Amino acid sequence: MASQEALRNDEAARVSVLNDPKVRGLIYQAVVFVLLVVFVYWIVGNTVENLKRANIASGFGFLSGRAGFDVSQSLIEYNSDSSFGRALVVGLLNTLLIAVTGIVTASVIGFLVGIGRMSRNWLIRKICTVYVEVFRNIPPLLVIFFWYLGVLSVLPVPRESIVLPFGSYLNSRGLYLPKMIWAEGSWLVGVAFLVAVALSVFVARRARARQMATGQQFPVLWTSLGLILGLPLLAFVVAGFPLSFDFPQQSTFNLTGGLQIKPEFIALYLALSFYTASFIAEIVRAGILGVSRGQTEASFALGLRPGQTLRLVVIPQALRIIIPPLTSQYLNLTKNSSLAVAVGYADLVAIGGTILNQTGQSIEVVAIWMVVYLGLSLLTSVFMNWFNARMALVER
Amino acid sequence: MAVGDLSYVRTEMSPAEKPPRGEHGLAAWLKKNLFASPGDSILTVVGLLLVAAILPPFVRWAFLDAAWVGADRSVCSTVVQGGIQPEGWSGACWPFVKAKFELFMFGRYPIDERWRVILVGILFVALLVPLLMPRAPRKGLNALLFFIVFPVVAFVLLVGGWFGLEHVETSLWGGLLVTLVISYVGISVSLPLGVLLALGRRSKLPVLKMLSVIFIEAVRGVPLVTVLFMASVMLPLFLPPGTTFDKLLRALIGVALFASAYMAEVIRGGLQAIPKGQYEGADSLGLGYWQKMGLIILPQALKLVIPGIVNTFIGLFKDTSLVSIIGMFDLLGIVRQAFSDTNWASPQTPMTGLVFAGFIFWIFCFGMSRYSIYTEKRLDTGHRK
Repeated sequence: MASQEALRNDEAARVSVLNDPKVRGLIYQAVVFVLLVVFVYWIVGNTVENLKRANIASGFGFLSGRAGFDVSQSLIEYNSDSSFGRALVVGLLNTLLIAVTGIVTASVIGFLVGIGRMSRNWLIRKICTVYVEVFRNIPPLLVIFFWYLGVLSVLPVPRESIVLPFGSYLNSRGLYLPKMIWAEGSWLVGVAFLVAVALSVFVARRARARQMATGQQFPVLWTSLGLILGLPLLAFVVAGFPLSFDFPQQSTFNLTGGLQIKPEFIALYLALSFYTASFIAEIVRAGILGVSRGQTEASFALGLRPGQTLRLVVIPQALRIIIPPLTSQYLNLTKNSSLAVAVGYADLVAIGGTILNQTGQSIEVVAIWMVVYLGLSLLTSVFMNWFNARMALVER
Repeated sequence: MAVGDLSYVRTEMSPAEKPPRGEHGLAAWLKKNLFASPGDSILTVVGLLLVAAILPPFVRWAFLDAAWVGADRSVCSTVVQGGIQPEGWSGACWPFVKAKFELFMFGRYPIDERWRVILVGILFVALLVPLLMPRAPRKGLNALLFFIVFPVVAFVLLVGGWFGLEHVETSLWGGLLVTLVISYVGISVSLPLGVLLALGRRSKLPVLKMLSVIFIEAVRGVPLVTVLFMASVMLPLFLPPGTTFDKLLRALIGVALFASAYMAEVIRGGLQAIPKGQYEGADSLGLGYWQKMGLIILPQALKLVIPGIVNTFIGLFKDTSLVSIIGMFDLLGIVRQAFSDTNWASPQTPMTGLVFAGFIFWIFCFGMSRYSIYTEKRLDTGHRK
């Protein structure tokens, strides 16, 4: 009886306001927010006080000051009279250079090794497994030192350079390649290349539309290859071979001329490529194993040849699994390029560090680093997300 | 039909035929695994050439031609370089590693006090091994000792200054000691902090969620080198004027914060993989937030992401080598510093030192990854096919 009375009681249950999850949530957030504000206030106060004592003016005005230090490798015009801002741009370009070349090489090695780990061939399988297990479990910094101190710095002095084919030389100061010098009229080759790419895209679209409409296939790959290789070649001949080479010359103590690639760059490039490739290999393997065997069997049952099966059935599905982790590996490589500071390759962090030591503008330099790296991360992930969306499974 | 009508009935099984020739034995294995098709044969030859190009020279360098005993650089350099080896000699310089071994392990920790480091090492192994063995009893007590008591004891022993122990500056620490201290602190701070950040990111409270997202994305977006620079240059700026700050502590803070952002993302993956029914089931039982998370969600989520967590640990262990960039002497840093010792400087010294350091790093990382595979198999309760 008592329970029925209680049920008839229309009053809401009396619960303390403090036990309401919403109220609690608000209180928690308010407390955290206030603590954060106090903390930030404290930090800012301390920082201002410290900066005042060290006599450092804050702000980005220092960027236009004279840098006064030299940079070993630069893609743009730079000397010690240039400004700090220009030095940072040099660093940024060097970071991008190592990131792009590293990503391309790491992808190639990674895909080869990843596929190799699933080969029918026992020897290839074992070699690829050993490669992955060795490089995955060693710090990248150690790999960089291995190339830099262990391999490149014990190469012979310039006088006894190792002679490579095509007039190239290898010695302890780096790799010397013939430098390409484009004469007048070479713009024609570039234009021809662009036209060829545009034409190939057009042909691919038309071929696809025709196959959709009539079922007839068109050899798109060969046509495109022919266009992309043939047109620039034709333009090259028409323009009258506007290319000459500047070969490195051996003089008494050094090599002059040619294109010199510094050992710092080679060490960093090789180390980052080999290190990241071991991770990419694992991602590729997981991606291909992730496509179930039934897919392959079904495509054979439809009469597709092994090559077509791989190209039209397995790889598109594997890419869906591969792309997201691959993106983060590309980002890792870009971030790991900051290890350049250990061998003195002038990337963004190395140059920023030099500026930081010279001017003491630590907050500004760190802010620039953060903005640049966050920007790079954002750009890479935007591009990869776009690529991923194109590849993603289209469901209802 | 009567049995007698049949002209012939066999009453015993005939012995099994041997497999056809070419289906067993060495030749068959070779044909199947190495020479299945012309393309395969070419690959095999390429592979053999690759192995022949790498393995014999390495074995010759590391073992056959290597210098094993000696007191200084002369055993590791050729006559032209001022040593005793013939012209064109190339081999590992193991006496260098032998002479510097203690330096690589302890750094410049005072020689008379090194028993303290060894004692901490023994304690560490004695507590870690039973924790890792699923059969060993008293996991709770063991974890308490390892994560609460051990750090205090290790701190007192390593730093000193109490109970008549001599105080040892952290600037004297070095080598594997520093690598392991940073890894241990990084791992044991980043896991709980990562859990908190992941919960914050999945929280329904907007302020907490936003703070977690900002922290995680900002830290994950920048390289560890800049975080370390920040910890070593900017932390002193943030504190009241005149505060001095231990260099090792700065590196520890940098590494721990960096690792916890990565850990948070791994754990978030686990939290997202738990079906909604589990959350609702916990709610309907009347569990509060922390009870729900601690008793129902996290045990399942953490189990799911063990491989990811161990991968983060391995990454953290490898990343400790970066502290050498801000002027600390971890294993890699001190090995590198030892190259400049004029008593041992020779063309072979850097390679030898790096191979040694690489081997030590490799053993730790490989061990961790094997253990993770083992745990994954053991904890697999069959939810996944």
